[in-house]
Amino acid sequence: MSPRAARLWISSPPLVYLLVFFAIPALIMVLASFRYAGELGGLAPLVGSGDPDELAGLTLENYQRFFGDSIYLELFLKSFLYASTTTVLCLVLAYPLALTIARSHAKWRDLLVLLVILPFWSNFLIRVYAWMIILGPQSAFTRVFNGALGLAGIEPVALLFSPVAVVIGLVYVHLPFMVLPLYANLEKHDPSLLDAAQDLGAGAWQRFWRVTFPLSLPGVYAGAALVFIPALGIFAIPDILGGTDGLLVGNVIKQQFLDARDWPFGSVLSIVLTVLAVLFAGMAAWVARGQRL
Amino acid sequence: MALLEIRSVTRRFRDFVAVDGVSLSIQAGEFFTLLGPSGCGKTTLLRMIAGFDQPDGGQIVIDGKDMAGVPPEERNVHTVFQSYALFPHMTVEQNIAFPLKMSRCPAGEIGARVREALDDVSLLGMEKRFPNELSGGQRQRVAVARALVNRPKLLLLDEPLAALDAKLKEKMQLELIALQKEVGITFIYVTHDQEEALALSHRIAVMNKGRVEQLDEPAVLYSAPKNRFVADFIGECNLLDCTVALQDGGTLDLDVAQLGRVRAAGVEGSAGATQGTLALRPEKVSIARALADETCVNRFRGKVHDYLYTGDVTLYIVEVEGGRRIEVMLPNNAVGRSSKFFEPGDAVEIGWREDAGHFLRD
Repeated sequence: MSPRAARLWISSPPLVYLLVFFAIPALIMVLASFRYAGELGGLAPLVGSGDPDELAGLTLENYQRFFGDSIYLELFLKSFLYASTTTVLCLVLAYPLALTIARSHAKWRDLLVLLVILPFWSNFLIRVYAWMIILGPQSAFTRVFNGALGLAGIEPVALLFSPVAVVIGLVYVHLPFMVLPLYANLEKHDPSLLDAAQDLGAGAWQRFWRVTFPLSLPGVYAGAALVFIPALGIFAIPDILGGTDGLLVGNVIKQQFLDARDWPFGSVLSIVLTVLAVLFAGMAAWVARGQRL
Repeated sequence: MALLEIRSVTRRFRDFVAVDGVSLSIQAGEFFTLLGPSGCGKTTLLRMIAGFDQPDGGQIVIDGKDMAGVPPEERNVHTVFQSYALFPHMTVEQNIAFPLKMSRCPAGEIGARVREALDDVSLLGMEKRFPNELSGGQRQRVAVARALVNRPKLLLLDEPLAALDAKLKEKMQLELIALQKEVGITFIYVTHDQEEALALSHRIAVMNKGRVEQLDEPAVLYSAPKNRFVADFIGECNLLDCTVALQDGGTLDLDVAQLGRVRAAGVEGSAGATQGTLALRPEKVSIARALADETCVNRFRGKVHDYLYTGDVTLYIVEVEGGRRIEVMLPNNAVGRSSKFFEPGDAVEIGWREDAGHFLRD
């Protein structure tokens, strides 16, 4: 068998998988976005039975609805804001952590990385519910927090079911995704470069800003992509921690498909979200490709 | 006053003494080399001069100022690292401008000084290249330019030519000598390559196990080594253990095991010695089927055991009748010798003059 044929055979199982479980469903969804919603949910038929009252065939009304009402634009903007805030906070928190692990003695590093990954060993939803308890009005943390505010003369704040709770949940869940690519990059840095910088007159901040940070940018972009893109479409966290006001795109998509049973409109929202995600991923890849090293 | 004074500097790592009470005085404008085998402490000493390590005892004084507690970024001392350590995310230009930026050189001046530095190392035109687009020799030159652009008081070089091939190494050695003369900056060079040290330096400190064995000019180190270690480390040398049979005025009569009686010139301090080593350089020994030279008072018959041909010279290993093996170096264009190389098994006579060997007392 020629190498080319062999390559085709080896790559066919994953290709078939992607075709059946990704490409085809995506196409179905694109098609669905141009159809009418069925009377009892689902999709209206493509070919009408001749009944003039029946909705059938293709239409642009779902897209018209999306672009027509500013509420949906605001929804996407809100999700974008939450995702960006989460990404920035993750970066700010993850960078010192990743740097510390990368610079620690070799015998501690594996243990520290394990500690970062450890939360993944428990169930995602349980971790989110845990934050419900921590931020709930009865918890020790909330009481201490509000007590401190009281000392400063500020009214007590409801931590749970607020944007703050949603951001805390988002950051908590995505933090390891920022730590690991950053660590993988920082760990490979040549220590003699920092020696050289110091030798040539650079103090600690200069060494970080002019040598370490620029060299870590590929890790920063990778981490940012791994946080921003999932955070854009997530719905479980705003659902559990956000209360009634915390609806993001993910929640609305879920509502359309499961509650309102308006599959075509849900498809429109999903497609817009996917297009945006692909755009951002493409931007990240394009910026990262210009990086040296 | 010396530019750099190293006063009884000691550095210990747990039980291991890396640098043992070393004292050195280095003058401005010198090309000074620390030479020694791996683990002798030369790199540790260099790092302490640069400021990356602090001595456990003693002082390092640069231009009259004690450097205790002064970090590397505040010393006006720059290093060329063995791996060059060029910043991969910066162009050649940006790499060289780095120390200028750190010392707050006015922005208008930076461009001109970078160009000047590139000219010094013959790399004009390479400003916009990145380090991974340069050859080894070019990277080495950028590293040197970057360390010199600031005109530091001292330039430290940590085996910078180790990664280069032989031809390039030679070329860079000549360039370094010329560069040092031109900029007049004091160079402190670390190497284990004794040929390189002899070629480059004004003075060499030969180090072993944390101590300085001998500090001298290259020619003196070569012709008058103070002890066995130096004699063996520098160049090729026959080291003949001997006992002193007779000392008569300026002459020594030595008994060398498996060889015989050897006459050597007396040296300062050899009075009263009973045992020692005779250091005999191979190029000072003559070899022929039958020696004609009358001044070779020490003569021995033997057989060629083996040889090493290196193009310009041949190193013969001759086993004398007593059993001892002596290395003899013969240039391959020696006038008057027979046109054929000596082959293993050939019967030959070797000999040397009274002042050829250098006596080292035990």
